[in-house]
Amino acid sequence: MKLSARHGRGAFVPRTIEALYQAMERALDAEHSAASSGLLQRLDARVKVSGLFALILATALATRLWVIAAIFALAALLAALSRISIRLLASRVWIPALAFTGAIAVPALFLTPGDGLYRVPGLNWTVTAQGLTTAGYLLLRVETAATLALLLVVTTPWMQVLKALRVFRIPVVFVAILGMTSRYILLLLETAHEMFESRKSRSVGALHGAERRQMAVASAGVLLSRTFQLSGDVYLAMQARGFRGEVYLLDDFAMKRLDWLALAGFAALAAAAVWAGR
Amino acid sequence: MMLFETTHLTYRYDRLTAIEDLSISIAEGSRVALVGANGSGKSTLLRILDGLYFGQQGTVRFRGEELSEDRFGDDEFAFSFRRQVGLVFQNPEVQLFSPTVFDEVAFGPLQLRWPKSEVRKRVGETLERFGIAHLKDRVPHRLSGGEQKRVALASVLVLNPAVLLLDEPTAALDPRSQSQVIDLLVEWGGGAKSVITATHHLGDLADIADRCLVLDGGRVVAEGPPAEILRDAELLERTNLVHAHRHRHRSGELHSHPHVHSGEAEPGD
Repeated sequence: MKLSARHGRGAFVPRTIEALYQAMERALDAEHSAASSGLLQRLDARVKVSGLFALILATALATRLWVIAAIFALAALLAALSRISIRLLASRVWIPALAFTGAIAVPALFLTPGDGLYRVPGLNWTVTAQGLTTAGYLLLRVETAATLALLLVVTTPWMQVLKALRVFRIPVVFVAILGMTSRYILLLLETAHEMFESRKSRSVGALHGAERRQMAVASAGVLLSRTFQLSGDVYLAMQARGFRGEVYLLDDFAMKRLDWLALAGFAALAAAAVWAGR
Repeated sequence: MMLFETTHLTYRYDRLTAIEDLSISIAEGSRVALVGANGSGKSTLLRILDGLYFGQQGTVRFRGEELSEDRFGDDEFAFSFRRQVGLVFQNPEVQLFSPTVFDEVAFGPLQLRWPKSEVRKRVGETLERFGIAHLKDRVPHRLSGGEQKRVALASVLVLNPAVLLLDEPTAALDPRSQSQVIDLLVEWGGGAKSVITATHHLGDLADIADRCLVLDGGRVVAEGPPAEILRDAELLERTNLVHAHRHRHRSGELHSHPHVHSGEAEPGD
């Protein structure tokens, strides 16, 4: 048996849980960046949801590269005015989007018919001008849309984003269930994370494949049982405070002058982008 | 007329009997502690008194009216009961499910169909009263244990219930948070309210109760004022509320006596 405090290469389940837990925590816990006093942080969540969504729509509709590039520049400007660091944007959006979209866009360079620009030595593959444009559109669209989406997530607590979905006339029960689901997924991931940490603290060396599988199955069973118990208790706690099957929520957003100005600005920019990008 | 009255009440989880042939009466305006070790049936009894569980045998009456599943099928009765009786769960994780602290405290009043302007006003006042107004936009499950407990209490007390049921209100809290929660409860209970608290923290008894019901195996094995219960060392040891503390004297003699961890005078001392 190897003496190691680490999980070993095959510890797929704990590592997946850990990664999911951290991703969920990042997504749900935008409180720090959302609490700073940047431009977007000062806006009503509904304005951000509708304004940034309009810009994403304009990005998707635009058929001119310079228009998409202009929206990208606007997104970068909004990030700077909202004190979102370039490093965060690069690590969370730009590099991952470049890697994943790039893998999809590269074949387009060679497969799209058109005027040859460059022949790859030894492979007889030709990069075409039309292929380069297609790949450029795809990459820039994805980078721009993902940057706008990230701006929303890091400048607005996740629960406020969900509540703001009410502007799109999404039923209140759906918004409430979505909020509770994300909250309890985090709780269950926390529980799973603690279970694996606890096991790690009591074990020495790596487990064999069969033992790891056995542990994963046992953990899944415990989690399932806790899920049932938790959902039952949450339902009782709701009942105890008068819940009778219909959810009532307060829509306590308050639009200020800055919000109206920002909404008008977003609408004007999105409309201009759609018009210019026809 | 009694506030609550149970007659030969029995409640089972599959094969496990949590409450067995229980007949108790709780008067209006009283402060009662349900005292017992883990698994003695305290939490189950609170849920039965709150109309969340229904016994397989026996009856439960609230101000003379029987609590049954059929009765809670009637919206008018259910709303009336929920307006009068509030339950604070032991684990805030199950009670804090709303996006923000403000929404959490507003949940109950909104479900009871209070006008929205009244909800905003009362929630604001309650947050101030509990010293958590600065947390109103925070996500409840990101708060510390003490803050979560205060939000859980506020989310029930905003309804100003005439009857408050508390399940281990000071469990898993640091000493300062425990003391803050007890202070809040003592202050709130200053009026003509009825408070029923399930606890195994003997140190809190004198502050939160005038009468104790000691539960063991789903039955009441003793009842009386807190001072009287705390004096009965044999009872506390038998019901696992204290454990024997052993130490050796300089003379070499091995001595043991009941030992309590909550800061109260040790019974039998």
